[in-house]
Amino acid sequence: MPDWLATLLISLLKAVLVVLGLLTTFAYMTLIERRLLGRMQLRPGPNRVGPMGLLQPAADAIKSIFKEDLTVTLADKLVYTLAPIIAIGMALTAFGGIPAGPARSLFGENPWVYNLDAGILALLALTSMGVYGIFLGGWASGSKYPMLGALRSSAQMISYELGMGLSILGLLMLVGTTSFQGIVGWQAQNGVLILFQALGFALFLISSFAETNRTPFDLPEAEQEIVAGYLTEYSAIKWALFQMAEYVNMITASAIMATLFFGGWKGPQFLNAVIPGMSDWPIVWLVAKIAFFLFLFIWVRGTLPRLRYDQLMRFGWKLLLPLALANTVVTAAFLAFRGSGGLWFLGVLSFAGLLALLIMSDRVRVLWNQPTVRRPESEAVRAGGD
Amino acid sequence: MLLVALGIGIVAVIASALLGPKKGSRAKLMAYESGNDPEHGGVGTGQRFPVHFYLVAMLFIIFDIETAFFYPLAVAYQKLIPFAFFEAITFVVLLLVGYVYVLKKKVLEWA
Repeated sequence: MPDWLATLLISLLKAVLVVLGLLTTFAYMTLIERRLLGRMQLRPGPNRVGPMGLLQPAADAIKSIFKEDLTVTLADKLVYTLAPIIAIGMALTAFGGIPAGPARSLFGENPWVYNLDAGILALLALTSMGVYGIFLGGWASGSKYPMLGALRSSAQMISYELGMGLSILGLLMLVGTTSFQGIVGWQAQNGVLILFQALGFALFLISSFAETNRTPFDLPEAEQEIVAGYLTEYSAIKWALFQMAEYVNMITASAIMATLFFGGWKGPQFLNAVIPGMSDWPIVWLVAKIAFFLFLFIWVRGTLPRLRYDQLMRFGWKLLLPLALANTVVTAAFLAFRGSGGLWFLGVLSFAGLLALLIMSDRVRVLWNQPTVRRPESEAVRAGGD
Repeated sequence: MLLVALGIGIVAVIASALLGPKKGSRAKLMAYESGNDPEHGGVGTGQRFPVHFYLVAMLFIIFDIETAFFYPLAVAYQKLIPFAFFEAITFVVLLLVGYVYVLKKKVLEWA
């Protein structure tokens, strides 16, 4: 067997494994989310199908496969079918670039599917391709409500994508590379980046909640508001594919946050004193960190109310964007004029910024709660109200 | 990876199309509109929507290009300081002028 064929086969195998792993995680994520939300609301959650409800995802999957696959008469047939495939394809592909351990640590192979020098850029590009899936899905349904849902959704996602892209600029300045291996290596040497980019992390976290359409930013599919958003006309497996894409995006976002800000696959160093080499175990640490962030996603969903659409857009444009720029400029100024001082000062600065934001939150909230444009009273009355 | 991922989607859609029942009726295949006959529905019938969405999309294009300019600068930053700092500040200030203009024009309001 020639060399290139072996490499191809191995990466194909890894791709299949990652995809199957992600799909299983997605299935159990839905179960865990329902169970956890149940816990938070003092009720048991699904516990009938199988022990502790463990067969519930399988039951759901079988049901959605055997459901009737409707295509509405007004729909654009090709795009209508293509949209969920795009959504799930991009969501799954994005995950492959994230390293889960040091090179050659997975039975002699690399614990990632593909490795690019511009890792973060590729990943951001792929996640933003997901917008196409959602928008085309809503547009191709040929009905008004999905169209509106899709418009809202894509406007939201592109707005918060800006915040996301800008919030990691400070980090990139510190690290000086866009490859995941480089970033993880830098953190192993200098300490995890959350210490130096606390504000950047907070912005990134908020943007990724909005990017994945999770509460408190889940307006695109706000079921009490505009029917079901872009999903209104979908049934059976196509609907399930959109849901899958959302959850896979959540997993990917968690993995990015773990890799960029929390040291990626590297475990805490002090544990090496207990069991030598413990901080280098492949996969274990990454999975632990991803699980933590997924729990955070669910926790927030169980806690916070939803924003209104105008508040959401104002929040993204008036708060996230300037703050991300400010974070970038402060980091840049620090790096340019730090002299010989250590990085700790930047960390203090970043945490101070975050703290100031939290303390000022009542003042800042005016930014997105109160519109500066008000319709004149008389005009509203003449038009018969809203 | 891309092939495998897209493949999963295609397989799932085909499987569902083969396995599911097919008993479409006119009422079942109608677009959702609370039981009424759909009005002005359908792809390409020129549905109208607020101009805000265009504005947000345009702003996104502008600011995303800005982000694209920032990435190479960020990666090479430590080799270019302190010169790069002033360059970056100039660029950011120019952008902020545009941003403030957009704010003053109340483009980002959805009242």
